[in-house]
Amino acid sequence: MELLGLYHYWVFAILLMTGFYAVVAKVNLIKKLIGLTLFQAAVFLLYISVGMVEGGDAPIFTADNADSLFSNPLPQVLILTAIVVGISTTALGLAIVVRINEVYGTIEEDEIQEIDRR
Amino acid sequence: MTVVFSMFLLTLLLITAIAVVHAGNLFVAVMLSGIFSLLLALNFFLLDAADVALTEAAVGAGISTVLFLGALSLTTDREKSPSPHRLLSLAIVAVTTLAVIMGTLDKPSFGDPEAPVQVHVAPWYLETTREAIQIPNVVTAVLSSFRGYDTLGEVFVVFTAGIGVLFLIGRHSGTKPQDIGPPHGEPSGLRHYLIPRLIGRMLVPFIMLFGLYVQFHGEYGPGGGFQAGAIIAASIILYALLEGEKRALQVLPRSVLVGMISGGALLYSAVGVAGMLMGGNFLDYSVLLDDPVKGQQIGIILIEAGVGITVTGVLLSIFHAFAARGRF
Amino acid sequence: MSALQPHLPALQVIVPMLTAPLVALLRERQFSWLVTTAASLCAFAVAIALTMVVLEQGTISYEMGSWPPPFGIALSIDAVSALLLLVVTGASSLALIAGATSLQAQCESDRQPLFYAAWLLALAGLCGILVTADAFNIFVFMEISSLASYVLVAGGPDRRALPAVFKYLVMGTIGATFYLIGVGVIYLMTGTLNLADMEVRIQQVGEFQPFLIAAAFITVGMALKAAIFPLHVWLPNAYTFAPHVVTVFFAACATKVSLYVLLRLDFVVFQQNVGGHDVQFAYFMLPLSVLAILIASAVAIFEANLKRLFAWSSVAQIGYITLGASLISQAGLTASLLHMFNHALAKGALFLALACLAMSVAKLRVDEIGGIARRMPWTMAAFVVGGLSLIGVPGTAGFISKWYLIQAAFGAGSVGIALIIIILISSLMAVVYIWRVVETAYFGEAANDEAREAPLAILVPTWIAVALNIFFGLHPNLPVELSSRAAAVLLGTGP
Repeated sequence: MELLGLYHYWVFAILLMTGFYAVVAKVNLIKKLIGLTLFQAAVFLLYISVGMVEGGDAPIFTADNADSLFSNPLPQVLILTAIVVGISTTALGLAIVVRINEVYGTIEEDEIQEIDRR
Repeated sequence: MTVVFSMFLLTLLLITAIAVVHAGNLFVAVMLSGIFSLLLALNFFLLDAADVALTEAAVGAGISTVLFLGALSLTTDREKSPSPHRLLSLAIVAVTTLAVIMGTLDKPSFGDPEAPVQVHVAPWYLETTREAIQIPNVVTAVLSSFRGYDTLGEVFVVFTAGIGVLFLIGRHSGTKPQDIGPPHGEPSGLRHYLIPRLIGRMLVPFIMLFGLYVQFHGEYGPGGGFQAGAIIAASIILYALLEGEKRALQVLPRSVLVGMISGGALLYSAVGVAGMLMGGNFLDYSVLLDDPVKGQQIGIILIEAGVGITVTGVLLSIFHAFAARGRF
Repeated sequence: MSALQPHLPALQVIVPMLTAPLVALLRERQFSWLVTTAASLCAFAVAIALTMVVLEQGTISYEMGSWPPPFGIALSIDAVSALLLLVVTGASSLALIAGATSLQAQCESDRQPLFYAAWLLALAGLCGILVTADAFNIFVFMEISSLASYVLVAGGPDRRALPAVFKYLVMGTIGATFYLIGVGVIYLMTGTLNLADMEVRIQQVGEFQPFLIAAAFITVGMALKAAIFPLHVWLPNAYTFAPHVVTVFFAACATKVSLYVLLRLDFVVFQQNVGGHDVQFAYFMLPLSVLAILIASAVAIFEANLKRLFAWSSVAQIGYITLGASLISQAGLTASLLHMFNHALAKGALFLALACLAMSVAKLRVDEIGGIARRMPWTMAAFVVGGLSLIGVPGTAGFISKWYLIQAAFGAGSVGIALIIIILISSLMAVVYIWRVVETAYFGEAANDEAREAPLAILVPTWIAVALNIFFGLHPNLPVELSSRAAAVLLGTGP
C-alpha cells in the first residue's frame, strides 16, 4: 500500500513534468495546449489520490453502507471544479490559436516571431 | 490484485502521456490524449471518485477531443519545426521531477484513514449531509451547498470561456474559412454514410436521455449539472456531425444558445439572491422553504439545473463557433 | 443601507458578477457600456463602504450559504483587502468612463457587449480574490479574472495581441496550476482550505518540509501571475497590444492582486508558522526586486513604443513593491502596500494620458509625438503630472511611497544603504525615460499637424486620476493609515 501511495505521487510528478516539457519545449501552439492539459491532469491525480481512504467507499450513501468508511468528498469536489476550469482554458486557448492561424497563416511560435520581426 | 491493476493503469497513463508529447502528428496526439483522459477516468474510479471519473470521461475524452479536432481542421495537423532547445528543457524538467519526487517522500501515507486530511473537515461533511441535507451523494452536497460559492464561480468560469470564444471567433470576418487548412469531411456532416448515420441517429436520443438522467439523479448517484451538460452537449454535437451543422442550429439556434449561457448563470445567481432576500446569507438554501432540509434540496436541484443549462449552452456555442469557421 | 450592510462583502463580488450575463444579452453598445459602468461604480461604492467599516471595526466576515468556516466558504475583509478593493474598483470605474470614447476606435460595435461582459467578469474575479478567506476559492476567482483578462487583451486591434495573449494564457495557467499544487500540499498536511484555519493547523503539524515545498510552488506560481522579474515575459506585449483602457485597468491593479495573494499566503500562512521561511522569502525576493528595478528601468529608457515603455516601467515598479515586502518589517510592508496604491494612481494617470494621445496619434511611438504638446496641451500636462508622480517628486502620491520605502530601507542596516542608492538611481532612470517623452512632445519638431485635443469624455477621467495623484500627495492620511494597518495584519501584530 505504501508503495502504491508513493507510486501515485511519482506518477503525478512525472506527468506534471511531461506536460511542462511540452509547454516549454514545443513550438507548435496546439501542442503547447495539449501539454497544458496534461499538466493540469497531473494535479487532478494528486488531489484525488490525497482523498482516497484505503477500504473506503465512494462518498455516496446507499441502503447498506451506513457504517462504512468513506473516501474524502472534498478533493473530488475541488477537482470537479478544476476539470471544468481546465476545459474552459483549453477552449479559449484554441479559439486564440484559430485566430492566430487566420491572421498569421501558421501556428508555429518561431514562424510567428519571424513574421512579427519583419 | 487491485494494487497491481492500479499500478498497471498508472504506468499505462504515463506511457500514453509520453506518447502524446512525442507524437509528431497532431491528430495522433489529440486521439492519444483522448485515450489518456479515459485512462485517467479509470484511475479516478479506482480511487473512489465516481463523480470525477464521469466528468473526466465526458469532458476530457469527449468535449476536449472534439474541440481539439475542430481546431485542427481549421489549422493544420502537422507539427513543423522540431523544438529548438529540446535538450536543455529536458534537463531542466528531469531535475525538477527528481526534486518533486524527493519532496514527496515523507508525505503522510496513502489511503490512511487517520491522516490529517481525512479527520479534519471531511467527517463533518459526511455527518451534516446526513442530517441537514439528506441526500445520498455527499459530493453533490458539498459541491452545491457547502461550497456552492465555488461552484457559482465555476459556472462563471465556463460562462467567461463561452463569451470569450464568441468574442474571438463567433463572428464571420477576416479571411474566408475555406482558404485555410485541408477540407475535412462534407459540408453536410456524414449524410452520405448510411451506417454511421443510422446507428448514430439511434444513439442520439439515448445519450440525451442519459444526460437528463445524470442531471436529475445527481443527488442520488454520481452526476450533476456539469456532467449532464457535457453529455447533452455531446449528443447534440453528434447530431450535428451526422446531419450537418445547419440542422443542429435549426433545433437550437444561436440566439437560444446565448440565452442559455446567460440564463443558467442567472438562475444559479437568482437562487443565491433569493436566499439573501429571504433573510439568509447569499446562497443559503435553507431559508427558501419553511423546512430547511426541503429548502436545501430544492436549492440544490435549481442550481444544478442552472449549471446544466449554462454548460450545455457554452459547449454548444463553442462547437458552433469552431464549426462555422471551417464547416467540419 | 443598514439592511444591506451585513451583505456588503458578498455584494462586492456579486454586483459585477451578476451584471455580466445581463450585459452579454444586450445588443446595444452604448447601453451595455452604461450598465457596465454603473455596476463598476456600484462596486466602487461598496468598496468605500467596506473600507469605512474596516477602519471602524476591523475585520469583517461573511459566511457563504450560512455554513461556518472551515466547512463552508467564508469571506473576510481586513485592511489589506480594503486597500486593494479601492484600487481595483476605482481603476475599473475610471477606465470604463474613459472607455466609452477610447474603445469605440479600437473594437467593433457589435462585439462590445461581450467585451463589457468580460470586463465585469475580470472585475468580479479580482474582487472575489480580495474578499475570500478560502485558498481554493482564490483559485476559482483567479481563473475567472484570468480568462476574462485574456479576452480583454485579445480585443486589441493589432494582430500581435493574439500571440501576446497566447503567451499570457499559457503562463497564467501554469501559474494558477502551481498555486493549485501548493494549496493541495497544504490541504494534504492540514485537511483544511480556510486560510485562518490553515494558520492554526500548520502550527500543530510541526513538520516543515512539505510546507516549504508548498510555499515554493505558490511563490513561483504567483510570481508568474504578478510578473515578478524574471517571470515577467508575458507582461510587456500583453500591455502594449491590449486596448488602451484595458491597459489602464490592468496596469493599475491586475498584477497587484496576484501580489496580494502571494503576500497573504506567504506572510500569514507560512512565515509565522514555518521556521526560517521569512529568511528564505527575503533572500529570494530581495535580489529579484533589485534586478527588476534596474534592468526593467534600463529597458524602458531605450524603448520607442510608449505603451511598452510604461509596461517595462511597471515591471520595475513591481520590483519596488516586492522590495518593500522582502524587508519583512512593519515599515517595509507599509511602504510596499502604499506603493501598490500610489503606483496604481500614477500608472493609471499615465496610461489614461496615453489613451488620450492615442485618439490622435495612431502609433504610440516616441518619434510620432514631436511637438504634440502644442496641439494637445491638456493631455500632455496630465502626462507630465503622472510622470512626476511616477518619479516620486514631492507633492505627488509617488513621493509618499518612495519616502516610506527609503525610511524602511534605513531601518534595514547596511543593506539598506545600498538599497537607498538603488532606489535613487532607478528614480533617476525614471526621470530619463519620462523626460525623453516630455522633451519630444514639448520641444520636438511637429510630426503631426492634424492632432487635436482629446474629447472631454476621456480627458475628464484622466484629470480625475491626475487630481487624485496630487490630492494623495498632499493628504496621504487615508492610504497611509490603511497600509500600516494592513502591514500589521500581515505581520500578525495587528487586528
